[in-house]
Amino acid sequence: MPLRLAFAVGFLALALLAALQPWLRFVLTLALATGLAVLGIMMLLRAGQVSFGHALYVAVGAYTIAFARPQLDDVLLLLAAAVLAAVVAGILVGLFVSRYRDIFFGMLNLAFSMVVYSLLEKLYWLTRGTDGIRVARPRLFGVALEGARYEWALFALALVCVAIAAALVARYLRAPAGEALSALKTRETRLEFAGVSARRVLFQAYVVSAGLAGLGGGITALATLHVTPLLVYWTHSGELVFVAILGGTANVLGPFLGAVVFELVRVHAAAAFPDAWQMILGLVLLGIVLLAARGLVGLLEELGRWWGRRV
Amino acid sequence: MIRTTRRQAVAVAASALAAPWILPRSAIGQQKPSEIRIGISTFLSGPASVFGVPGRNAADLLIEQMNARGGIQGVPIKALVIDEAPGVNFLLGECRRLAQNENVDVMFASISSASCLAVAPLAEELRLPNIMWDCGTQRIFEEGKWRYSVRTQANAVPEIVAPLLYLLKMRPDVQTVAVVNQDYAWGRDSWAIWKTAMEAIKPGIRVLAELFPKFGATDFSTEITRLQALRPDVVFSTSWGGELDTFLRQAAERRLFERSLFVLPLAESSLERVGKTLPEGVIVGARGDHWFLHPIAKDTDRLKNFVSEYRKRYGQYPIYPTYHMAQALFALEAAYTKAIAANGGAWPSREQLMDTLRGLEFEHLTGRMKIREDGQGLEPMLVGVTKHVPEYPFPVLDQMVLFPPELTMNPMGTKGLEWVKGLTMETVAKAPAPIPYKA
Amino acid sequence: MELLLLLALLDGLAYAAQLFMVAVGLTLVFGVLKILNVAHGSLFAIGAYSASTLAALAGTPWLSLLALALAALAVGAIAGPSIERGLLARIYDKEQVLQLLLTFALFMILEDVQKLVWGVQPVFEDAPVRALGPVVVGGIVYTAYQLILLPGLAVVCLLFLVWFLRRTVTGRMILAVAHDREAAEAIGIDSRRIYLLAFTIGAGLAALGGALAAPTTSLVPGVGVQTIVLSFAVVATAGLGQIEGAAATALLVGLGRSFAVYFAPELEVVVPYLLMVIVLVLRPSGLFGGRELRRI
Repeated sequence: MPLRLAFAVGFLALALLAALQPWLRFVLTLALATGLAVLGIMMLLRAGQVSFGHALYVAVGAYTIAFARPQLDDVLLLLAAAVLAAVVAGILVGLFVSRYRDIFFGMLNLAFSMVVYSLLEKLYWLTRGTDGIRVARPRLFGVALEGARYEWALFALALVCVAIAAALVARYLRAPAGEALSALKTRETRLEFAGVSARRVLFQAYVVSAGLAGLGGGITALATLHVTPLLVYWTHSGELVFVAILGGTANVLGPFLGAVVFELVRVHAAAAFPDAWQMILGLVLLGIVLLAARGLVGLLEELGRWWGRRV
Repeated sequence: MIRTTRRQAVAVAASALAAPWILPRSAIGQQKPSEIRIGISTFLSGPASVFGVPGRNAADLLIEQMNARGGIQGVPIKALVIDEAPGVNFLLGECRRLAQNENVDVMFASISSASCLAVAPLAEELRLPNIMWDCGTQRIFEEGKWRYSVRTQANAVPEIVAPLLYLLKMRPDVQTVAVVNQDYAWGRDSWAIWKTAMEAIKPGIRVLAELFPKFGATDFSTEITRLQALRPDVVFSTSWGGELDTFLRQAAERRLFERSLFVLPLAESSLERVGKTLPEGVIVGARGDHWFLHPIAKDTDRLKNFVSEYRKRYGQYPIYPTYHMAQALFALEAAYTKAIAANGGAWPSREQLMDTLRGLEFEHLTGRMKIREDGQGLEPMLVGVTKHVPEYPFPVLDQMVLFPPELTMNPMGTKGLEWVKGLTMETVAKAPAPIPYKA
Repeated sequence: MELLLLLALLDGLAYAAQLFMVAVGLTLVFGVLKILNVAHGSLFAIGAYSASTLAALAGTPWLSLLALALAALAVGAIAGPSIERGLLARIYDKEQVLQLLLTFALFMILEDVQKLVWGVQPVFEDAPVRALGPVVVGGIVYTAYQLILLPGLAVVCLLFLVWFLRRTVTGRMILAVAHDREAAEAIGIDSRRIYLLAFTIGAGLAALGGALAAPTTSLVPGVGVQTIVLSFAVVATAGLGQIEGAAATALLVGLGRSFAVYFAPELEVVVPYLLMVIVLVLRPSGLFGGRELRRI
């Protein structure tokens, strides 16, 4: 099981990084959260559909935590609420957008996310607009954790979520429903001739992807303890698609590999060139699209094959 | 005496509770460092970079000048600048990097209120001294108590109350008003303060329109048509940057200034760019007493030197964020100097630095200001009215009033939005006499 | 009340004209190349900045009007071919999402390029607006530039494009490639050349949209970001590749927005997106889009 091995090695590497560089604990937790949202994007990409508005569900997850926090004081309950809210939002929007394909699918998702963005800014009395909402640090299993301990706990929790989500999604992709997803990309009509509702297949994947994004958003909110409408701005949705392609869609490792590399490149680019970090990210993306369209996972596979031939 | 002991006790308890491995290295030692490292978060991209880049420029210039004088107490200063435009998530990671990897001694955060609200709790967690150098929301010190954060400038309350008092002093007959603010937290907050204060001081002024074009709007034609049709006595706008410039130019092209009196609490930062397109008689504020022709400080060496050096290097007159940056740097210098003196010459701990910043009085470009015990800075508000003079290609301020903090800032422990409800015409009457423009 | 309606109508018209100028290039490029160009907003911004720079150099107000057109032409002629040949031509055979992301990458790069070239201070050059002076309608002062010139140019632009695409040989070749690239190639049309031409026209239209908007607004970093999403909404609502559709939708959005400002200001920002959702519920391929045949 090389994929499991890759995850194990990856987790160890991340834990080592987080231990050596305390500030990376936070950055890597956010990267893993992003990876969860991207995992959802990847499922849709398998079906050939690009959602240009999935930051919507990240924000639904994050804001659910911000709104629920005064009543709930437990990390796991809050995360469950975040996923639940994102799934409900995913069902509502998904019923509608699963009828559409390609560019209309992308644009409708964009439209919904921008409506929510505007609402978060407009409903100032409720959301505090661009100032955002502070989230008081919740307890974990009834224990109040401070500073570094909380960061470690959240980091570990993110790793557990990633492991579970990756395993489940990998299974899903191998199951008939997952196979139908890929079929939707190549020959949707044949799928229908075979008696499978393409719309239903896409709808299911969409709801799952929304839930994953909500989980990612929840972890993000628990790490930053401050949520703002910027979470759902369209450039953030674009970033999620960017990360999906950067990592590659061949398997479930891609989203997380992509997310970690993306965050590290961004942090280091911003430190070295505070005035032009965006350009550097753009150049990285350009390079991936032109030279390694299968993403980092694709590169790794080629590296593995090359190594295999040598040995 | 009692307070000091309690603070010390808290500090000892805090350091005992916190495991040493979570403390950044520099927090433990108290020897004189080889340099003072300041992390500065500011906007380097996006629309707010019109403030962020001048702020960074001012930091570069002033730090260079301070280092030429031997730095702070013989220790040179180094600034590490980060872009806060990508948002809070990114900024919080960057602050951790600066604190834990770059070992900065002090953080200067930020321009956006969201950034300041998010960084303040992190500063507590990291025990990182944080000087809020430009963000304006009054909520920070009203809704939270921060051991490791202070603000070296005023906040939204006096920034809005002062222009209102000025308006009611100059034009007590005002009957109708309309607002055109950017649709985000600052636009909403500033209007809430203005409206509440106005209803308290002079009930009966009618609000004809509340227009909130979206943040980043590039066209205000529709809003201007509305204002032309409604003919309010006063148009109030706390917009800034490119949006304010656009609004003012479009309003000028469509002769809106002939029908309504404009009150613009942030327009000092736009004057040089919009030039004499902006007519005479517009009420302009500067988020403090920041003005290169400051009626009291304009002939002091400190201000003259800063203005000429800044112009020489960057080709523009310094605008308010540059003064805010200067205030943060001068406050830091004064605090280190005072703390070292009180410490018998030894380098102060982070906690000593923070204790010294609270209650500190320090000299800055346009005068002397104070940081209150809750961490909030107190500075006068300069409000004036535009005047065209041959010496400058843009409007200058005339009939300048310097509102003291006592008149415009809510006292410690109160909430600004509640406090303004107690304002009356008597407050207006207490406004100091205007000072005319002198070349 | 009638006056109010008239004013809202005029405001909506002026706004629609600007919107159309941006959206039409985007829809043309999508119609032919089947690529949704995220960098369209960057070309808009660069066109605007270049126009401001050139207009400031022009000296006289009337020359500054000419400078706008020249700047747009120059940006289109330089950026169009270099982006199409240098980047897009390499990915026509790849997945749609890669094409989309390539333009997203370009957008990120160009955002910083603008900042490096023009700085962060707002740029404003309104000589062209001043050249035309004010117009008074019902006691309300408008600028002739926004009320007459921009809508006029938008109409001219629409008519020209329709004539060019339907009546000229080159235009028909573009339409042929847009309908079916393989069939067009089979009858001897060089689709590579048509792609280049269509993208260059699209880039030029983006730059022209920017150049025409420049005299009315302050240019700041991020001015392109706002433009992109809005024109996406217009293009999708219209039905992709629909030129007249883009015009009708721009009008709809423009009027919707100005009526919102007058009667329900809180809705202003969401108007374009609400319109898009409503239209796509009723007509899944957009207002003017035809049903796309499913490939088997």
